[in-house]
Amino acid sequence: MTVEQGVYYALGGLGLFVFLSVIVLILTWGERKVLARIHMRMGPMRVGFQGTLQPLADTIKLVTKEDILPSWADRRVYWIAPVAVFLPALLLWVTIPLGRDLVLRNLELGLFYITAISVLSVMGLLMAGWGSANKYAMLGGLRAAGQLISYEIPFIMSILGVAMLVQSLNLITIVDGQANYGYALVQPLGLFIFLMAGLAELGRTPFDIHHAESELVGGPFIEYSGAHWAVFFLAEYINTFTVAVLIVLLFLGGWRWPEMPFSGAALSALSALWFLFKTALVICVIFWIRGTYPRLRIDQLMSFGWKMLVPLSFINIVITGIVLFYGWPLWTLTVLSLVLLGGTFYLIVKNPGTSIERNTVTVHAIRATAQPPVPETASETEN
Amino acid sequence: MINMGPQHPSTHGVFRLVIWVDGERIVKAEPHIGYLHRGSEKLCEDELYSQVITLFDRLDYVANLNCELAFCMAVEKLMEIEVPERAQYIRTIFCELNRIASHMLFYGVYGMDAGAVTPILYGFRERERIQSLFESVTGARMMHNYFRVGGVNEELPDDFEQRLSKLTDGLKQGIDECDGLLSQNEMFLARTKGIGTISGPDAIAFGVTGPALRASGVLEDVRISEPYGIYDRFDYGIPTGSQGDCWDRYYVRVEEMRQSLSIIDQAVNQMEAGEILANVRRIARPPKGEVYIRTESPRGDFGVFLVSDGTDKPYRVKVRAPSFCNLQALQHMLREAYIADAVIILGSIDIVLGEVDR
Repeated sequence: MTVEQGVYYALGGLGLFVFLSVIVLILTWGERKVLARIHMRMGPMRVGFQGTLQPLADTIKLVTKEDILPSWADRRVYWIAPVAVFLPALLLWVTIPLGRDLVLRNLELGLFYITAISVLSVMGLLMAGWGSANKYAMLGGLRAAGQLISYEIPFIMSILGVAMLVQSLNLITIVDGQANYGYALVQPLGLFIFLMAGLAELGRTPFDIHHAESELVGGPFIEYSGAHWAVFFLAEYINTFTVAVLIVLLFLGGWRWPEMPFSGAALSALSALWFLFKTALVICVIFWIRGTYPRLRIDQLMSFGWKMLVPLSFINIVITGIVLFYGWPLWTLTVLSLVLLGGTFYLIVKNPGTSIERNTVTVHAIRATAQPPVPETASETEN
Repeated sequence: MINMGPQHPSTHGVFRLVIWVDGERIVKAEPHIGYLHRGSEKLCEDELYSQVITLFDRLDYVANLNCELAFCMAVEKLMEIEVPERAQYIRTIFCELNRIASHMLFYGVYGMDAGAVTPILYGFRERERIQSLFESVTGARMMHNYFRVGGVNEELPDDFEQRLSKLTDGLKQGIDECDGLLSQNEMFLARTKGIGTISGPDAIAFGVTGPALRASGVLEDVRISEPYGIYDRFDYGIPTGSQGDCWDRYYVRVEEMRQSLSIIDQAVNQMEAGEILANVRRIARPPKGEVYIRTESPRGDFGVFLVSDGTDKPYRVKVRAPSFCNLQALQHMLREAYIADAVIILGSIDIVLGEVDR
């Protein structure tokens, strides 16, 4: 490696870090504002115009806060854990492009690299859970491990579907393959699986069982405070952004805009903006889901993952393979996907396994004129 | 073994639950109470009858007026006071509004327990409306001290009826909105259906009352089995469940809010001008004797046992707190549950620690 290359990567890495930090600041503000709209609130309003400086104030608060080390904690594991979560989140960005030229290093096996690195953060969560020497944290860490590993499979499989269509793992090639239409049109099922698995990977509602505020009170992060907690937080939001970016790259056509009437630097800038706009939309959907749904239970989460998403993702690959092998037109794949997706929703809503009886509550009318009825079962069932 | 509480966000106060787990499954659970014990019952013995009302405000601090009502009714029964018509109607309207406010709080917090972040703000919005109406009449948002032995403290403000009709219209919409937001949500159903079931006979054996009992399919409500006040003048419904699971306990409360609204509407139509306070001496001295009164608070059968020795202070006050009795069934409901269910089940009983510990 020459000196120039070294300087390039160092500066690029630094730039990436700064860019991602700014993105995280914007995301936290955006999430609070979007959630507030769903909640009929204003969200942060005090610091700066419409609370835009709130994330900065929060950062200052977090950094100046006392860092607590529980006396029983496994000191080394406890301190390494935040880094072990944060580093993979950052490393992913080496190969994620924001535009044709806006990428640190375009790898030929980019998608493979991403799937490989993204699994690493499980270790950090487990370490945090173990190192805190706290039962809640331990439970949260183990939940995270189980959840992340089981959702890794549909995550990778849905990526594979797209990779088969393009015959490449290079992210830029994948985006170029969507010059005319996004793969969301060809693989709606893949998009659904990817979104669900992505949410689970992020630990976001409805799959936020390892934070599980109501029972585990924050899961693996329960003992962390101050700057170390902030690092977890940073990693979490970078991951959110990453998943949204991947959805845009793989399914929504990335920065491609049919016939963009510019060239050179203007084209790069415009396509990056267009790309960020799409990403923002996806992120809004993620926030929207957070505002709407309750949390699943761990066993329900696992059964949804293994009994629903994993088979579906395999079927997705099989139908993609069949369509490609026989050279059928791509719209057949769309139709097949949609049929499968419809079937899945039908299964979820009807829920034949447990056959939920919806309305079990009846209202007994009490008439003012009539004699008040004697309570039914009270006399017979006592003792 | 996991210790939940007393400082845990989902125990609805300072309640402690020690659970023995096998993985994520609960093997055994042991509730510990008493962290909020203030000796309210003993304190009552040192206060004038009119002052005791303020202590009752602090029992079930989510449904204060229902507690006040029970105590006032106990003293009235002992002194054989006839409460003026208008005061009866005002009391009924306020208690039912209070019931809605309490159930709204339950609704919001229950959504939170299930992991949904939005319901709590919808629930609190409705509760806020009710509280601001209370504030305009009683001067306080929570600790009202509004009911008196023999009636109520103050006449309603002039614009009360307009404000009330505006409020009930808003509530009707609000309840539908809340219902639509959470009740049929697929994941909420998955979390609450078939969880923490308790059969009717079991519930009776545990002494469970109120919505938690009715959810198990037992048609028992003090308002109909032993009508007090003017409850025998209204047409309304008593919702009951059939499974006795968490969802039934949740939905019985949602339905109850609708029925309370209908009671309020009828009461407003029947209400006439008149006295609001019976002619009672300021310092009440009930004759020697004892009395037990039952009322239907939002949590269940709220009973007050009052012994008077003829002086201006009660000799003994004993409260039958529905939260306390309902809590007995927790261990039974928690059998074979998951850790995540513990929060849901505890939430579905809807305890108020101020009432459990007194």
